[in-house]
Amino acid sequence: MTRPTPFHSRTSALNEGQRWEDWEGFLAATMYSLDPLVEYNAVRLGCGIFDVSPLHKYEVRGPDAQALLQRMVVRNLAPSRPGRGFYTVWCDDNGKVVDDGGVFHIAENHLRLTSTLPSLEWLIDNSSGFDVTIEDVSEELVGIAIQGPTSRDLLRKLTNVDLSALKFWHCTDADVCDRPTLISRSGYTGDLGFEIFVRPEDAEKIWDSAMALAPDYQMRPCGLVALDMTRIEAGLLQIDTEFISAKQTLFEVQTISPLELGVGWMCKLDGDYFVGRDALREEKANGTSRWKTVGVELDVTYIEKYFSEFAMPLHLPERSWNEAVPIYADEAQEHLIGRGTSGMWSPLLKKYIVIARIPPQYEKLGSRFFIEEVIEAKTFSIPATVVKMPFFDPPRKKA
Amino acid sequence: MAETYDAIVVGGGHNGLTCAAYLAKAGQKVLVLERRHVLGGAAVTEEIYPGFKYSVCSYVVSLLRPEVARELDLGRHGLQIHPQEFVYLPMENGDHLLTHGDPHKTRQEFRRFSKKDADRAGQFEDLMYRMAFAVKPILGYKPPNMAAPSLRDLSTLKEFGGHLSGLGKETFHQLTKIMTMSADDFVGQFFETPIIRAMHSLSGVIGTMLGPKSPGTAYVLLHHYMGDLDGAFSAWGAQKGGTGMVSEAIASAARENGVEIRVNAPVSQIIIENGTAVGVALENGDEFYAKTIATGCDPHVSFRKLVDEKELPGDFVRAIDNFKFRGSSGKVNIALDGLPAFTGMESPRFLSGAIDICPSTDYVEQAYDDAKYGGFSKRPAMEICIPSINDPSMAPPGKHMMSIFVQYCSYDMDQYGDRDQQREAFGNAVIDTVQEFCPNIKDLILHKQVLTPWDMEQMIGLTEGNIFQGELTLDQLFFSRPTAGYADYKTPIRNYWQCGSGTHPGGGIMAMPGRLAAKEILGGKLVI
Amino acid sequence: MGNYDAIIIGAGHNGLVTAGYLARAGRKVLVLERRGLVGGAAVTEEIFPGFKVSSVADGVGYLSPTVRRDFKLDSHVETIDSDMIAFCPQPDGSQLTIHRETAKTVQEIARFSKADADAYPEFIELMQALAGVVGALGHMTPMDLPEVTFGDLRGAVRVLGPGRKLGRKRISELLRILPMPAADILNEYFESGAVKGAIGANSSLGVSFGPQESGTAYTMLNSWALSGNGLFRSAGVVKGGMGALCDAIASAARGFGAEIRTDAAVASISVEDGRAMGVILESGEELIANTVVSNADPRTTFMRLLDPRTLGTKLLQHVANIKYQGSGLRIHLALSALPQFTSLSTASGDDASARLGAPIQIAPSLDYIERAYDCSKFGRFSDSPFLDISIPSILDPSAAPAGQHLMSITAKYGPYELREGNWDTQKKAFADVVLNTLAEYAPDIRNLIQQRHVLSMPDLESIYGLPEGNPNHGEMILNQFFHMRPIPGHARYRTHIDGLYLCGAGCHPGGGVTGVPGHNAAREILKDSKQ
Repeated sequence: MTRPTPFHSRTSALNEGQRWEDWEGFLAATMYSLDPLVEYNAVRLGCGIFDVSPLHKYEVRGPDAQALLQRMVVRNLAPSRPGRGFYTVWCDDNGKVVDDGGVFHIAENHLRLTSTLPSLEWLIDNSSGFDVTIEDVSEELVGIAIQGPTSRDLLRKLTNVDLSALKFWHCTDADVCDRPTLISRSGYTGDLGFEIFVRPEDAEKIWDSAMALAPDYQMRPCGLVALDMTRIEAGLLQIDTEFISAKQTLFEVQTISPLELGVGWMCKLDGDYFVGRDALREEKANGTSRWKTVGVELDVTYIEKYFSEFAMPLHLPERSWNEAVPIYADEAQEHLIGRGTSGMWSPLLKKYIVIARIPPQYEKLGSRFFIEEVIEAKTFSIPATVVKMPFFDPPRKKA
Repeated sequence: MAETYDAIVVGGGHNGLTCAAYLAKAGQKVLVLERRHVLGGAAVTEEIYPGFKYSVCSYVVSLLRPEVARELDLGRHGLQIHPQEFVYLPMENGDHLLTHGDPHKTRQEFRRFSKKDADRAGQFEDLMYRMAFAVKPILGYKPPNMAAPSLRDLSTLKEFGGHLSGLGKETFHQLTKIMTMSADDFVGQFFETPIIRAMHSLSGVIGTMLGPKSPGTAYVLLHHYMGDLDGAFSAWGAQKGGTGMVSEAIASAARENGVEIRVNAPVSQIIIENGTAVGVALENGDEFYAKTIATGCDPHVSFRKLVDEKELPGDFVRAIDNFKFRGSSGKVNIALDGLPAFTGMESPRFLSGAIDICPSTDYVEQAYDDAKYGGFSKRPAMEICIPSINDPSMAPPGKHMMSIFVQYCSYDMDQYGDRDQQREAFGNAVIDTVQEFCPNIKDLILHKQVLTPWDMEQMIGLTEGNIFQGELTLDQLFFSRPTAGYADYKTPIRNYWQCGSGTHPGGGIMAMPGRLAAKEILGGKLVI
Repeated sequence: MGNYDAIIIGAGHNGLVTAGYLARAGRKVLVLERRGLVGGAAVTEEIFPGFKVSSVADGVGYLSPTVRRDFKLDSHVETIDSDMIAFCPQPDGSQLTIHRETAKTVQEIARFSKADADAYPEFIELMQALAGVVGALGHMTPMDLPEVTFGDLRGAVRVLGPGRKLGRKRISELLRILPMPAADILNEYFESGAVKGAIGANSSLGVSFGPQESGTAYTMLNSWALSGNGLFRSAGVVKGGMGALCDAIASAARGFGAEIRTDAAVASISVEDGRAMGVILESGEELIANTVVSNADPRTTFMRLLDPRTLGTKLLQHVANIKYQGSGLRIHLALSALPQFTSLSTASGDDASARLGAPIQIAPSLDYIERAYDCSKFGRFSDSPFLDISIPSILDPSAAPAGQHLMSITAKYGPYELREGNWDTQKKAFADVVLNTLAEYAPDIRNLIQQRHVLSMPDLESIYGLPEGNPNHGEMILNQFFHMRPIPGHARYRTHIDGLYLCGAGCHPGGGVTGVPGHNAAREILKDSKQ
C-alpha cells in the first residue's frame, strides 16, 4: 500500500470519491470533489489548499552551501541572500535536465533544495571540495501549498509575519498557528500563493486551522488534477511530461536541455561553473538545440467543425491531458515535426492551450502547424498557433 | 529395423523440448529421447514425498523468453507463473529487510537502514534496466565467430554496434563495468548497507563458483535481471504446479506439433559415419536414425561421453576439457508440517516470494571461501522459496513445501570424506543455518532431500552439477560458449548440433539456446 | 618566473620520460618534484646507512626498450641480469627455480611433474605469442569506445600486426584468456602446485586479489609482455638501485634540455576558461605553461590539483569510483650475512647465491596465494603471506656494506583499511608474521637482521604519494583497463581541460617501471601541438 502523508487523516476524510494516485510513494489526492473544475475554480477565484508533502527536501548547511547549489543548478544564485527563493532546473554534464525544484535561502549558510526525484546522492556527488553538510529531510518536513487570490488574506489569519512584505519567491521563518514553519511565496499554479514547510507533528493542526477559515476565503482542498490544470495555464513544466530526467532516460534522444525546454532564460551561461554549463554554451553557440518548448493555441472552430461532420456539438476536454500528441507541419499529416506534451481547455481563458515541443524554426510567435485530434475515432488536424507562454500570468502573482 | 526421423533431440530438458517444438513446427518429424522417466532435465517437479511436489532443482522462472512463450503458445499449454512479490531477508540481529514489488515501498524499507541507499535505489534499478536493455538483443543473436566473422556475423555485429551507440557513451561505459566488475564493487557504487549489498550481490554468484568480490560476477547479476514476465522487467515467479510444469508445457506444445517424446530412453552414443552424425544408439541397443541430431546435454556429455574422441579434432577436445563446470550450488527440498516462523516476520504473506539468507557480503564471501578449496559452506548463503503458500497444489492442506537453493557446495566433496557423510553434514549445515533465522524449522521437517552438485550430476547428468551447463564467466560467454568457432550451435561433426544451456545465451529457464539452435538447424529461419 | 611549453608535475619515471620526449622535440620543459629526489616510487634511499634501498619499486627489467634506446640508458646505467627468473623454495624443503633457459627449467619442473615439464615449452610459446599482442596494445592510445575513428582503426590494425600473425585459433584463444583468472589458464596446462605457484605468483603481485580472480591472466600476460626476457617476470638489478635508473632517465631528459626542480610541490593547476594555464606551487610561486602534464595519480590530479568544484558530476563520480586498494607492504632488512635457505642446504655456495640473486617467491601454490588473499577480504592481513623477495646485494655488492646484505620484501596481502587497529600499530605485527613465514624457509633469518624498516600502505601513501598505497595509481583490474583507465572518457592521456594531460601509471597501460604511459602521453601531446 502506498503510504499516507501526515495530512492523511484530514485529506482522506475530505476525499469524496477516494480518488488517489501515487506520488513518489505517497498517497496523493487526484481530486477531492467529483468535479475537478470546482477545485480549479477555487484556485483561480478563491484559493486551494494542496498537500505537497511528497516533494523531496534537503538541507544544505555550511560556509559553502550557496556555492554548492550554485554549482549544481543552472540559475544564477549570486543575488541570493537569506529570504530569497528560486525555481530552477539542474543538468548533468551533458547539459541535459536532471530535475527541477526550488532553492530556498533560509539563513546565512543554510539553504534548502526541493526536488521531484530523490536527489541526496546527486548533492553528495557534487559536493567534493565544498565545506557543507547535506541532510535528507524529506520525511522530517511536510508541505502544504495555499494558492489563489485569497490565499494571502487567509494565511494572514494564521501567522505572525507580515505577508504583504513577503515578495514573490521570497521566504521567511514564520509561526503558523504558533508552530514553527517556513513560508515561501511560491507555487505551482502561476497565481498568488504560498508554500509552507511544516513539521509532520504540526501537520493536522495547521491543516485544521486553515480549513476552519475555508468558507470565508472560498478555499477548497485541491487535488493533482487542479494542480495540473493551473500549472499548464502558468506554463510550468512537469517531470515525466514535459521532460524525462536525464538520470532515467534509456536513450540520449530522450534527454532535453534547458534551452530546449524553454527555460533557457534561467541559465547563466556567462557566469561561474555549473554542471552542464559548458555543454549548454556549446549548444547555444552552435545552435544545436533540437527542440523548443512553446505555448500553442488550438483553433477551436476547427474542432467544432469536425464535430459537426458527425452532427455532434463541440465537446472540449473537461480536464487536462499529459501525453505525447503528434504535431505535423502540414494538414495532410505527412511531416511529423513535434509533439504536444500537455494540454487543456482553459475555462478561464476560454482557449484550448497546449505546451508543445517543436523544432527551433517553429519557435516564433505566430508560427502555425497542426496538432492531431481524434474525434469519434477519426484523426483530424487542428490548426495551432504559437502564442506567448505563460498563458495566464495575473499581476497578483507578483503584486 | 530402426525408425528414421528428420531430427532427434538428445535430452528432454526444456531447451531440448523447445528445439524439438520449433523443428516440428517447421514440418520436421522429430523424436526426443530422455534418459529419465520424467521430462524437464533440471526443470522438473517430482513427488519425492507423498503429497509434496518438489521442484527438485530449478525453482523459479524469470528468464523464459517471451517470444518462446508466444510462439509456442505456452499459455495454452499450461504455463502459468505467479510473480514473486516479496524478498524477505532475515538478519543476524533479528531485524529483516523486506523488498516489495512496489519500488516506492522498497525505497521506504531501504530508508530504515540508510537514506543514501534509499536515494540510490531508483538509480540502481534504472541503470540495471538500461543495462539489461542494452544486452538483451544479444540473447537473440547467434554468436559471431570473432576470429573469422562471416558476412552475417558482420551484419550482426554492426547492428549490435548501432544499438549500443544509440544508448550513449555513459551506458556503454557502465556496460563495460558490469561485464568486468565484481558484483560487490558494482553494487557498492550505489549502496552502503551490508544486507542491501548482499541481496544484490547474491544473484551475481548464483550457480557460479565465485564470490561477490570476484571480478566478473556483476555480469551474472545482470544475467538475472534480463528476465521479464509479461513485460515486467526482472520479475521472478513460480510456475503453478512446480517448475516441471514449464517443461510439461513446452512438451505439450511439442507433442501438439507432432514431436514424439520417449522417456526412459538413455542415449549411449551418437552414431557417426564419415564425420556425419546419422543417428543415436540407446543403452538398450535400440537405434534411431535422423538427418539431424541435436543435443540438449552439456558440452562434456555431448562431446566426451556421447561421441568417440577420435571423431573430434584434438584442439576441440582440449577446449571442451577446459570448459569449466565447477558446480557450486546445492539444493535442499523439505516437506514441512506447517508454515515456518522466521524471526521478525510480520505476516506469512511476506514469505510467499523469496527468502534470502545473506546478511552481508562478508557472509556470502565467507561462504565462498569455505567452499572454494572443496567442501561446502559452514554457513551457506541461501535462497528459500515456499511455493505452497501461493500454490496449494504443491503440498497437502496446511503443509508446505520448502525449496532451499544453497550457495556454496563444491563438486569435489569426497576429498573430505565419505560422500554420504558429507552430504549429511552439508544438509545439516543448511538446516542449522536456516534455524538461526527460523527457530521452529526443525520441528516441522517431515522429509528432506539433499542434493549436492555430485548428486545433480548423477541424477540429471549435469557435469559437475553446474546448473548452467557450464559457468557463466566472461571467458565462457557469447562467442566463447562453449568454445570459439563452435558457438553457432554447430559442432565439428556434420549434422550434430548443440541446443543446451552450454551454448549462448546460457543457463536459466530461458529456452533461448533451444530456439536459436532450431533456427540455425532450419537454415536461419524459424517457422512460427 | 619563466614561461614553459610544458610543465610536468611529478618526477616519477613516467614524468621524466614524458619530459625527455617533449624536450627532445624542442619544447621548453620543466619538471616539478615534491620530494628532494627524483624517481617517485622508483627511488634509491639510504634507509639504513650504507645500504642502497629501492624503497618501493624494484622490478627492473620492465622499462620499455624504446625508452631505453631513445634515452641511451644502457650507457648511463648498469643493469645486472640474473639467469634465473624466480627461485621458489617449497615448504617440504625442495625448491623450484625458473631459468631464463627453457631446457634448464624443464629439468627443474620434471622433479615436480613430468607432464608439467612437457607442457612448459608449449605454454611459454603460447604466452609469448599472446604477450606480443598485449605488449603492442600497451603502446597504443586507447580508443574512446564506443566511438571509433578511422585513425583508431588504422592504429589498431598496425598495432595488432602481431595479432594477425597469430592466426584465427590464437585470436580466439587471446579473447578467451584475457578476462580469465591466471589460475584457470595455469590449471589447463599444469598439475603441480609448485609449478603453478612459481609461474602464476607474479600475476597477483600488483593487484589486491588472488590468482583465482578474473583479470589475473591479463596481469600475467602484461608482465610477460614487458619483462623483456620472454618470461613471466624480469629478474636482475640496477647497479645502485632503482633510483639510479631514474637518475639516468633524469639526466638524459636534462640532456635533451628539460629542467628539473626538486622540493617544488605543486599546490594546484591553474585553469582559465577550460584551459590549463600553468601551476601554482605550495610556496605560492606561479608558473605559466602552454601544457601541463600530471604524473600524479588521477585522484590527486582531479580532486586536489584541480578544483573539484569545477568538475562535472559524472567525472567526479567516476573518479570517486576508481579502485586503488593497495595490498602489498614493503619490508626492508639489513642483514649481517646471506640467509641459509633450507632448500639450498646441499647446494654449493655459488649455486645458492646465484639462486638467491633471482627474485625469491614464497608462493608454494596458487591456493597458498589465494588463501593469503582471503584474509584481506575481511580486513585482516594474511596469516601466511605471499612474499616476493629480492636480495639486490648479491648481484650488486655496492647495495650493502661489504659482507652484509640487503633484503627487500613485498608482502601480501594487507587491506588498506584494517578492520581492527590501524597500520601504525599493526605493521610491526604483520612484519613479524612475514618473518615467521620466511623463517620456515630460511630458519636463520631472524639472527641475521640488523635493522628492519616497514612501509605500510598508509606510509606509501603519505611518503610516495601513492593513494591507498597502490603503486599502480589505481588497481590493475579488468574494469580499469584500456578505455576505462583511469576513467572513461579520459583514457587518451588528454583531459576535459585543454592543455592538461595525464602521463602516470593511472593511465593505460598502467603501473610498473615501464615508461610506457609516459611515452604514450608524450606522443599524444606532440601530436596535439602539431595540429
